[in-house]
Parts: sequence; structure tokens; C-alpha cells
Amino acid sequence: MTPTPEKTTRRNFLFGLGIAINAIAVALFAIPIVGYILSPARRFTWLDWIPLGPLTDYPEHQTRLAEYVNPFKKAWDGETAKIPCWVRRMTGDEFQVFAINCTHLGCPVRWFAESELFMCPCHGGVFYSDGRHASGPPPRPLYQYKYKVEAGNLWIYAGELPTLGKPEV
Amino acid sequence: MIEALKSVGRWLDARLQVGSTIAEVAEHPVPRSSASWWYVFGSATLVVFILQVVTGICLATVYTPAADRAWDSLIYLNYQQPLGWYLRALHGWGSNFMVALMFIHMIQVFLFGAYKFPRELTWVAGCVLLLCTLGMAFTGQVLRFDQNAYWGLGIGASIAGRTPIIGFKVVDLILGGPIIAGETLSRFFALHVFVIPALLIGFVGLHLFLVLRLGINEWPMPGRIVRRDTYLQQYQELVHADGEPFMPFAAQKDLVFAGLIIIGLLVVAAVAGPIGPNGQPDPTIIQTVPRPDFFFLWLFSLFALLPPWTETFLMLTGPVAVIGLLFALPFLSGTGEKSWRRRPFSVVIVILTVTIVGTLTWLGTFSPWSPVMDAWSAAPTPVDYVKGRTPLELQGALLVQSKQCRNCHSLGGHGGMRGPALDDTATRLTRDQIVRQIIQGGGNMPAYGKNLSPAEVNAIVAFLITMHPRGEPPARDSARPGVPASRN
Repeated sequence: MTPTPEKTTRRNFLFGLGIAINAIAVALFAIPIVGYILSPARRFTWLDWIPLGPLTDYPEHQTRLAEYVNPFKKAWDGETAKIPCWVRRMTGDEFQVFAINCTHLGCPVRWFAESELFMCPCHGGVFYSDGRHASGPPPRPLYQYKYKVEAGNLWIYAGELPTLGKPEV
Repeated sequence: MIEALKSVGRWLDARLQVGSTIAEVAEHPVPRSSASWWYVFGSATLVVFILQVVTGICLATVYTPAADRAWDSLIYLNYQQPLGWYLRALHGWGSNFMVALMFIHMIQVFLFGAYKFPRELTWVAGCVLLLCTLGMAFTGQVLRFDQNAYWGLGIGASIAGRTPIIGFKVVDLILGGPIIAGETLSRFFALHVFVIPALLIGFVGLHLFLVLRLGINEWPMPGRIVRRDTYLQQYQELVHADGEPFMPFAAQKDLVFAGLIIIGLLVVAAVAGPIGPNGQPDPTIIQTVPRPDFFFLWLFSLFALLPPWTETFLMLTGPVAVIGLLFALPFLSGTGEKSWRRRPFSVVIVILTVTIVGTLTWLGTFSPWSPVMDAWSAAPTPVDYVKGRTPLELQGALLVQSKQCRNCHSLGGHGGMRGPALDDTATRLTRDQIVRQIIQGGGNMPAYGKNLSPAEVNAIVAFLITMHPRGEPPARDSARPGVPASRN
């Protein structure tokens, strides 16, 4: 038997066409799926100015817990839309607004006014009152929000969970 | 009656054509030596997985995967839904059982050399099942949408955020947005009930198919070497010369063990009850001490104990390396000795891994590196330490409490373990050394120079100088031998 040369017959042409059409169709189908799944990463920043209340809420030389509602919240976020932060007022309009998240692995740091330290309950990170690293594993000072004072109100520029990948919240 | 059933059976088999396949599977010969109590853990893992599917579907009929309702629906399940507490307990403890059985199965397979030729892909499929099972455990912990879930997600996001360049994008992808919120929970729900279970079912199928096709691993005998060119024939000779049909010879032990496991799970779930949820997932409640579930505690400990400068590198490359090694194992040592008696290195690996993971888990249960957040206000100063002290020393004792020293330093066994206990400070440090340590910090202690007035430091030191056990003199400055210990 001599090997028959590859010839395009009706039958195998249709089969090839079928494979080609399906390959194109699957590729087209993948576009919306992948786009949908990746959509949270399409936006570069999630930041907005958020009011934190009147300056009178924040006595000078003190650090107070404040909370705000995330500006990008969804109706079904519930309590998770609320985000706490630490507001340290030095004098006048001079502030430091720290994210609640430890720079090690994101656990909520707690302020101890008597020893003037932030302590983290997870892996023992400790920070000084100005956010500097005092001890434990955190690789950098506490994350700080940009702030501004307008018409007697404190505003911060926030909306994202700060991580080492994007610390300049 | 029997005759009628048999005729129904014949009618069905004439159309389904599965009878011969089932018989083939049931009667396939297994080595007599493999019908051992060591070979029951894989099937038991599968049985618990099937239970997880059943209880999971039941829970999904009530659980609400929305961030604003999930916690409420868990509380409803625990306290109002009839038997909801028991279903939650079965599912939660079932997950613990499944992870534990899977690891025992894995250790057994490793020690018995069962991953060697020709069963390399059975091991690889098993590794996928391992990852899926741990994925189910983590995502399941997220669905128990409480404070631990919320901050656990924060830890996950913080690790992902350390990825170079694209870290913040990865965080957004994992969380489904800029913060931990509604879409985060929905994403993990989709993973936990659709994506990972589908993978699990598929790979369980492949795993079992391969076990049937290639035959169960024979009991490893020292000196019986696996060679690619002879093994298949040797195995066939073995199962025919010294084999038994799988059913009932080997299956009976699987059956007994699986039944005992199910009953054990039913009892444990009834006695221990549902796992959580703890506090509601409100991030503004910061009086929380987040901890992962038991089987991730060792990782939690590792993150506390790794030297900080290695951390980012190890967090990102460590899992890839470990998983890569697991997958590569059968290709690195696919032939040779199977018996653990001739593979001391493998035995050492198992002992080391179990010891390390066990120790880290044990450390994680009390996490000595974390400050005890309420020790300063909750733990009393031992009475002995204030008896007969001067007013200045008492003032110091008070400051040790009020300045939160005890969050990291214990007195009388109560308080943090981050720093050394203060009960015998005076035997280790002289007066000057204590002053220096308090003011400048160091050795993982913050510097208190700015937070304490000289009078306060003076009082604390006066108190600490008295802290030495009876009969054990305080430390002396060897450069000033004439000065009594209390003054140096």
C-alpha cells in the first residue's frame, strides 16, 4: 500500500474548519471572562477625600481612634465598609493620620496612651507615637494617610487597604 | 423476591453495561501485604470529603454569602436553625478530620515509597488534592465571616502585597476591590463552593483511576529495588502469586476504619460543637486578637519568628519551593528502594517536618511574641512584690503596671512573654544597665526615654532593683567592687 498524500477532502476540510472556528470562539469567549475576573485590578487607585469630623474631636498632643466609611462601598458591604484609623494631632493643623493596619501583615494596631506606643496583637510589632518602628517584625513605619484641614474639618485621602505593594495611601 | 430483583438487575445491566466494569474494579487483585491497616487513610480522607460535600450543601441552603448578612446567618445557624449548630460542627470538624487524615495518608505514601515508578502521576494528583484541601480550609475559614476571617484576609492581602511591582494589583484581585468587603466574601464563596470542589472531584477521580489502573502499592520490602524495566512485570507476578481480590479482602479494613472515622466525627462534633464564629467582622472593633485556624497556626508562628530581612523573600519563594519540591519528588527519586528502613533521609525529613510544624503550631497556640494587650490593666502585681517596699519602690511598681510594661514582661507568671520576665531582673542587670535599657531600649525593646520623666525612671528602677529571688543576690558592677549592689 502506498501512503496516500494528504488531500483536502470535504470531510477533513469541515473538521479543520470546525476546530478553527471553535478555537476562535473560545478565544472570544475568554475575553469577557478574563476581563470580568480581573476587573478589580483595572483601576489604578481607589482614593478620595473623606471627612473625619471637626478639629475639636481631636485634642492637641493626643492620638484618637477615628472611623470613616469607605467611599467605594457597595450596598452589601455591611460593617466591612467602615474603616478605622489613628489620628494624632500635634499642634494646630499639624496631624499624622495612621492606617490601622500594621505594616507587617495588616493586623489592627492598638494605641496605648500611657506608654505612647502602638502595639500589634498578631506578631508583636510595636511603633512609637509618630509611627516609627519600635520593635518586632514590621519592615517600615506605620502607613500614613494624606490629610488636609478645611473649614475646621479634618479630611484624609483614603479608600484602599494599605500594603507594602502600595504604601503611599 | 430475590429473583425479581435479579431480573431488574439484569435489565439495568443490559442497558447500562457497567456490571463487568464494577466487577473488575471490585475483584482486581491487590498484593496480600497491602491489605494492611496502614492503607486505610486515603479512603478515609475521601469518605470525609464526601461528608463535607453533604454538610456543605446543607449549610449553603441557609448561609448567606453577603458581607452584611453572612455573620448573622452563621449566628442563625448556630442558635435558631434546627440542627444548624450540628451541621456547622460536622462541617468545621470534618475539615479538621480531612486535613489530618490527608497528611497521615501523605506521610504513609511517602514513607512506603508509593510515589515511585510507575505511580508518579498518582502522587502528582495527590499533591493537587493537598493544595485543594488546604485551599478549602482557608476559604472555608473566610466564609466563617468573623473577626478572624477579616484580619486573616488582611494577612493574606499583606503577603500578596509584598509581590514586587504588581503586588497592589494582586491585592485588588484577591479582595475583589480596594478593601476587604462584600466582593471579597463573594469571591471566596465562589472559590469554596464551585472552583475548588470541582477541581477536587476531578482530581479525586484521576487519583482513584490511577490507583486502580496501576495497582495499589505493595508493602515495601528492604532490598526489593524498583527498576523501570522490571517493576511492572514483578508487580504482576506478585499480585498473581500472592494477591487477593480487593473486595472484600482489602476493602474490609477501609470500611471498618471509615465507619469508625464517621462515628468519631459525629461524636467530636456533638461534644465540641460548631467552630465560631467569633466577633462580628466590624473592622472598627480593634480589641481583637486575630488567629488563624489550627492547621494554619504554624504559618502564623513562622511569620512572627522569621528574621524580618528574610521575610518577604521567604513568604514569596518558600511556598513555591516547597510545592515545587513536592511535585518534583517522584521525578527526583522515581526508582530505587521503597522501604523506609533503607531510606533514612526520608525518615529524617518526615520527623523534622512533623517536629517543626508541630512545634510552630504549639507556639502559635500561645504566641509568646505578641504583647498581652490587657496584662497591664488585668494582671495584678503579686503581693510579695509590694510587701515591705518603700514608697518610691511602690511608685515604681505602679508605673510598671500603668506604663504597660507587663504587656511584654511578666510578673509572677502573668503578662507578656515578648521580653524577659521581671521577677529576677536585678540578678541579671545592675542599676545602670536597667536605666540604660529603659531609656534607650534595644534588643527588641522600644526606647522609653521620651515617655518617662527622670523621676518615673528613678521609681521604676528602684522597684526593679528589688526584683531578685530570696537568697539570690542582685547583680554587681564588677568594676566597682566596693559599692553595694543596691546602689550600683
